[in-house]
Amino acid sequence: MSDILVRIDGKEVEASEGMTVLEAAQSAGISIPTLCHHEKLEPFGGCRLCIVEVQVGDWMKRVVSCVYLVEKNLVVRTRSEMIDKIRKMILELQLAHAPDSPELLDLAKEYGADKDRFDKEASFCIHCGLCVRYCDEVKKKNAVGFVDRGIRKEISFIPEIAAKECWDCKECFPLCPTEALQAAFVLTKSLISPPPSREPTSEE
Amino acid sequence: MPRINSPSELEKLRQGILSDRDPEKPCITLCSGSACHATGSGDVAASIEAEIEKQGLSAELDLRKTGCHGFCERGPIIVNHPEESCYFQIKPEDAPEIVSQAVKEKGIVERLLYTDPNTDEKIINESEIPFYKNQERLVFGSNGSIDPKSIDDYLAIGGYSALEKALSQMTPEQVLEEVKKSNLRGRGGGGFPAGRKWEESRNAPGDIKYVIVNADEGDPGAYMDRSLLEGNPHSVLEGLMIGAYAIGSHEGYIYVRQEYPLAVKNLAIALTQAEEYGFLGKNILGSDFNFNIIVHKGAGAFVCGESSALMTALEGRAGEPRPKYIHTAVKGVWDNPSVLNNVETWANVPLIINKGADWFTKIGTEKSKGTKIFSLVGKITNTGLVEVPMGMTLRDIIYEIGGGIPGGKKFKAVQTGGPSGGCIPENLLDLEVGFDELSKAGSMMGSGGMIVMDEDICMVDVARYFIDFLTDESCGKCVPCREGLRQMLKVLTNITEGKGNEGDIELLEELSEVAKEASLCALGTSAPNPFLSTVRYFRDEYEAHIKEKRCPALSCKELIAYHIDPDKCQACMICARKCPADAVDGGKKKIHIINQEKCTKCGTCFEVCPSRFSAVQKISGESVPPPIAEEKRIITRKSKEK
Repeated sequence: MSDILVRIDGKEVEASEGMTVLEAAQSAGISIPTLCHHEKLEPFGGCRLCIVEVQVGDWMKRVVSCVYLVEKNLVVRTRSEMIDKIRKMILELQLAHAPDSPELLDLAKEYGADKDRFDKEASFCIHCGLCVRYCDEVKKKNAVGFVDRGIRKEISFIPEIAAKECWDCKECFPLCPTEALQAAFVLTKSLISPPPSREPTSEE
Repeated sequence: MPRINSPSELEKLRQGILSDRDPEKPCITLCSGSACHATGSGDVAASIEAEIEKQGLSAELDLRKTGCHGFCERGPIIVNHPEESCYFQIKPEDAPEIVSQAVKEKGIVERLLYTDPNTDEKIINESEIPFYKNQERLVFGSNGSIDPKSIDDYLAIGGYSALEKALSQMTPEQVLEEVKKSNLRGRGGGGFPAGRKWEESRNAPGDIKYVIVNADEGDPGAYMDRSLLEGNPHSVLEGLMIGAYAIGSHEGYIYVRQEYPLAVKNLAIALTQAEEYGFLGKNILGSDFNFNIIVHKGAGAFVCGESSALMTALEGRAGEPRPKYIHTAVKGVWDNPSVLNNVETWANVPLIINKGADWFTKIGTEKSKGTKIFSLVGKITNTGLVEVPMGMTLRDIIYEIGGGIPGGKKFKAVQTGGPSGGCIPENLLDLEVGFDELSKAGSMMGSGGMIVMDEDICMVDVARYFIDFLTDESCGKCVPCREGLRQMLKVLTNITEGKGNEGDIELLEELSEVAKEASLCALGTSAPNPFLSTVRYFRDEYEAHIKEKRCPALSCKELIAYHIDPDKCQACMICARKCPADAVDGGKKKIHIINQEKCTKCGTCFEVCPSRFSAVQKISGESVPPPIAEEKRIITRKSKEK
């Protein structure tokens, strides 16, 4: 595989073809914040926190580094006034869901995000999809998935699968950047709901 | 019907169809598109059929149920051929007169003709009616003359001759060059040059390539693509086939909304007929081009109009956009090169091939060529679908074709480009419509929605409405769109409810900037447009809501009150009787007063108060005047005449 030379924050970084900007940066010890990224999983591009500025020729554009692939002579800036502004807002929006998440609070300090800027939301979930994708891509069980869309979207365990698979696994719990409890809570709720009866009830 | 195996066989078939048809034979064409169907064209068709039977005219008169004629405001619509007399708002009971006039008397049914509202003159021919006269209906025009369920009708107007020309006289490269030269730009939203997309796919590595029709039209109030698919499905199929030939694709998909049952049905019929004739399948028209089409019904998600989300849905997964930075033209469905164009874009292709890019580029502006179909709706006299050359001004579309604003109201803004488009104010009415012109004004072409708004519409509420729509339709994958819209909707709702705060506009601007910069797909990056364009042109309305708790358009319920002017009230009891909340106090000869505690602000009193009194008023930003003293409420009239 041919080596591709890129410049990240002024530092020359050797990368190989097919690598993402995020991977190239990490290999050189340059840190880019992420929430939905996991090295075992396909890039998701959901949290948008790893947004960076790339320069190709005269053209500057903002891209998310977990998806964008390195190319020859690429110049990357991982911080700028605009990038910081975007990250601050993303964190503030997420902190409305998970104001006590240590991971979010650390990043909030770095980017000056106000955890109380927006009114609190009912769910801790920040939709990073780590639990859902880990169960799908690594465990291949699909015991937990997303249901609905937009602002009504939430994670949900499928009771039939969860009852069989989850007790001895629970590998998704520590992945959760907000509260492992959220996953545990949703899991428990799924399992204690009465199993669908095969007999039609009297109302039917 | 035997398969057609060569261009000459196709021409022979076409001549056969034409020679069987007498152009002088009377024919009633009845619009049977969805809009006219809703106003009763199904019943009209039944009564005309029965009447033809009854008058014994089956051999002398044809009834053709066509697609949408465009003038939906006046449906159901009938055009009698060959005279081309045109009748509107037909009811089943009109059938006897129409049928007998069509054949026996060859006369005109005067009372059903169009009356020009300005001159009060009756107009007989469709082409003379201002609504049609100022249009240029290149793509949409055949809708009103052919039965979409009949491939023979399409062949009779020259259908599939462009396919024949492409396959027999042109190489795929030549077809591609012609489309590139025409500068046909995508009619679905982005306005990306179709030829460039085709070329990218053609040059992309891979043996399997797809061509796809985006028929996931989801903008509120827009139904251009629907009407084309319902009324002239073969034109879309023919365009798709030509595109496939140019790109080197052998499989096409039509992604159509399940909510368009008639479009799905007519498409299925068209596909079956095209297969029977050999326009689909192997060795089409005797060439070595093979092509098939599969219809995929969408499950009702606005985001699936976005190309990568549509392709994800085609693959059978949840319709969410992909984060990849690679064009779907290179890696699309199942990572194969895939060209996605909208219904109207594909329908333009046969025209370009038949008449040439030079002809096409003569129509339109420098950077926007050809025509565009708009769905002209809202506070407009002539609601309907209009096709105009690019470069026509908004003013001409709204006033010359649309007939202006009804009810003597004042024009306020026109919203173009669907939910993520923007509102264009009165001082920009002379803007020429085109992709770049509309974008520059802070709106966009989108797929061609055009919602006209009058002075009674609150622009803050318009922004709230569209942001609400987009919040509901966001797929929820990325934070700037999902969470950003959630917060924007909250702030906008607060403002319209009188709970806005100083700094709200700035917060909305900041949320907009982040959504525009950082969202994953075009839905998110364009989602703030309803806010951005309204705040750009109507900032004073936002400020009035926030600072004065006043809605200048007198529209936001929480910010208005209804009040009866005691000097104007004639104590007629109409509003008191109609009030559903029992909030009007008064009696005969006793001036009415609205009990503000009981009032639900439904507006009934305002609507029913006779216009010669106009005693009921809407007020906003000021307190309701105290009720007048009891003793002053009794009206004593000197004479009956006032």
